[in-house]
Amino acid sequence: MAQQMTGAEMVIQALVDQDVEHIFGYPGGAVLPIYDAIFQQDKVEHILVRHEQGATHMAEGYARSTGKCGVVLVTSGPGATNAVTGLADALLDSIPMVCITGQVPTPLIGSDAFQECDTVGITRNCTKHNYLVKSVEDLPRVLHEAFYVATSGRPGPVVIDIPKDVQFALGSYAKPNNGSHPTYKPQTEGDLEAIKMAVDLMLKAEKPILYTGGGVINSGPEASVELREIAELTGFPVTSTLMGLGAFPASSDQWLGMLGMHGTYEANMAMHDCDLMICVGARFDDRITGRIDGFSPNSKKIHIDIDPSSINKNIAVDLPIVGDCGFVLEEMVRIWRSRTNQPRTEALSGWWKQIGEWRDVKSLQYAKSEKVIKPQYAIERLYELTKERDVYITTEVGQHQMWAAQHFHFNEPNRWMTSGGLGTMGYGLPAAVGVQAAHRDALVIDIAGEASVQMTMQEMSTAVQYGLPIKVFILNNERMGMVRQWQELLHGGRYSSSYSESLPDFVKMAEAFGAHGIRCEDPAELDDKILEMINSDKPVLFDCCVTKDENCLPMIPSGKAHHEMILPDTADIGNIIDEKGKVLV
Amino acid sequence: MFKPSWDLERNQLVERHTLTVLVDNEPGVLARVVGLFSARGFNIDSLTVSETEHDRHRSRITIVTVATPKVLLQIKLQLERLVPVHRVHDLTAEGKALERELALVKVAGKGENRVETLRLAEAFRANVVDASIDSFVFEITGRPNKVEQFISLMQPLGLVEVVRTGLTAISRGKEGM
Ligand SMILES: Cc1ncc(C[n+]2csc(CCOP(=O)(O)OP(=O)(O)O)c2C)c(N)n1
Ligand SMILES: [Mg+2]
Repeated sequence: MAQQMTGAEMVIQALVDQDVEHIFGYPGGAVLPIYDAIFQQDKVEHILVRHEQGATHMAEGYARSTGKCGVVLVTSGPGATNAVTGLADALLDSIPMVCITGQVPTPLIGSDAFQECDTVGITRNCTKHNYLVKSVEDLPRVLHEAFYVATSGRPGPVVIDIPKDVQFALGSYAKPNNGSHPTYKPQTEGDLEAIKMAVDLMLKAEKPILYTGGGVINSGPEASVELREIAELTGFPVTSTLMGLGAFPASSDQWLGMLGMHGTYEANMAMHDCDLMICVGARFDDRITGRIDGFSPNSKKIHIDIDPSSINKNIAVDLPIVGDCGFVLEEMVRIWRSRTNQPRTEALSGWWKQIGEWRDVKSLQYAKSEKVIKPQYAIERLYELTKERDVYITTEVGQHQMWAAQHFHFNEPNRWMTSGGLGTMGYGLPAAVGVQAAHRDALVIDIAGEASVQMTMQEMSTAVQYGLPIKVFILNNERMGMVRQWQELLHGGRYSSSYSESLPDFVKMAEAFGAHGIRCEDPAELDDKILEMINSDKPVLFDCCVTKDENCLPMIPSGKAHHEMILPDTADIGNIIDEKGKVLV
Repeated sequence: MFKPSWDLERNQLVERHTLTVLVDNEPGVLARVVGLFSARGFNIDSLTVSETEHDRHRSRITIVTVATPKVLLQIKLQLERLVPVHRVHDLTAEGKALERELALVKVAGKGENRVETLRLAEAFRANVVDASIDSFVFEITGRPNKVEQFISLMQPLGLVEVVRTGLTAISRGKEGM
């Protein structure tokens, strides 16, 4: 039944009708009516951030760890522009998000009014869709449509720009019966004939590999169950992109580790030499493929993706299947079962033997030390000491992110939050706040670098305010390590501006925030201090002082193919990349 | 049923294609379409747009683009991803479509040139839509190369300026989009 209410009240009512429990936001002149409506209810909890970028990453962490849509509320002008990085991040990593921005009143639009910016213009290319709502009559429809667009098909961020007069205006609100859209109709059910053809190819393969990605996580937990099922039925090896970690258990014998630029030797070699590649919810991104013309030259490729435009974009495939990977995997399991109930152990034995030889290279090994904390060792210990707990990991961007992906192991989906596509430094700390808001009793750890973490450090204050005991585990190498590594690779070791000078004292900083600070410089003390961190009921900044000039290996250097990896025992990495590779990122 | 995409990879020659796009005529829809082309480095040779179904607020956009077959496919798929886009058809790929363009051509001159100008206009079925003692404005409709040819013939006869609508196109036969 339709009810009379103001535009601002409609916003809250729509959030309630969409089962939104938490929103992340920051007030300002152009959203005051919505903040007033928030004040007068208690169904939706508002978490006040310290910078709008923080709100967007919190919403991303919230979304990725729950499977729900993240919601952000910011004011016009600088509020909206501060949110842009998080929108671009959510677009590249396919994270469902609705971002409500205030706008100057409609009569003032275009007049360069105070705190006016062209929000829909600025965010058009970094959202899945956006709306400027000029009349209160359109508001209920747009609010619900935004959630539909953000969460269906390939998820993504949607902006709703609401002028202040529309927030004040009275109109009638009714909850629309959603579930479809006149033009936006993503194809979720994969073509059965194509799935049968895929199973035919899988039954004949002798050197197969399942290459999975973030789409399996986005599809929902059932997709991870189906993935495990098809892996068990077929006996195929499994690798995953950075975004897909956790969909397949790292504890399985069939797990090859992550693939791509900093992936394992066995995963990349298996990709290169396979005869059948089954890509599930991944997009042949350049971090994965390496040099395109050297990418897996002798394989047939099956590509399952909900977004038709991902297919044949970077790599030409033999068998595309457009659909939700959960649906397609379920059908694949069913059809496989109808053909055989034997895993093809015999036929795959040669392949597994070969994989075993690649594994023996031990591409993730590193030189141990008793004097200094090796960053890889720190992650290993963090993993060992937390693996029995209900743990969620977020990261910043850099070497520490890759070491976390390599040395922390995930057995469940939705446990790993990282900025993959955009590579946004400053993502991890606010993302951890968002995760903790959704999972109050869980152990939420941001594996951070000392440079990245300073980009959104102020959100510690948010964590303290809301009693969200996030743990920020800083691998402090006093370097922008990943930049330093590339300068060693490409620029003759001229370390231009890639060091962290005048670092704050993170322990004092933690105390200043009202959080708990811990520093560790001695490997012998690491375990005890990690336990101290875990057992603290406060937010913690952990300053873990690690080797300064460690390189993150193995690595596929830019412009090289999968079988041309740099392995950990390479002493001089400065002469590997040729001129062509240097222009790549 | 599944065309192997290797063909797409192999053929690196660019082709000129005409796409027709049915969209909801909502604010910003044109910016969305054009922004997609510039953001992804696709090329637009010509673009026309107008509302064609007023009661349903729908517009047809005609885009001429030059790209390799692989990129052409990407353009179509990327356009289809936009929320207000109903459908995209590649008219060039679907067979011979009707393609037309309109130009207004201003020519100034006297004496012999003026007579020649009129004779050519008649041959090209260009209409005189404005005339003064020493000038004409012609309206010419046709396939782009016909318009092109007419304009180049006017060049030595006193061509002052030209405006063109860009190409608009529709498929042949009884099927609609
Ligand atoms: C916002 C942003 N600016 C710049 C970069 C480029 N960048 C990538 S990694 C990196 C250094 C990160 O340093 P730190 O956080 O200390 O991590 P480390 O590599 O040392 O582990 C930089 C500057 C980025 N990814 N994001
Ligand atoms: Mg660092």
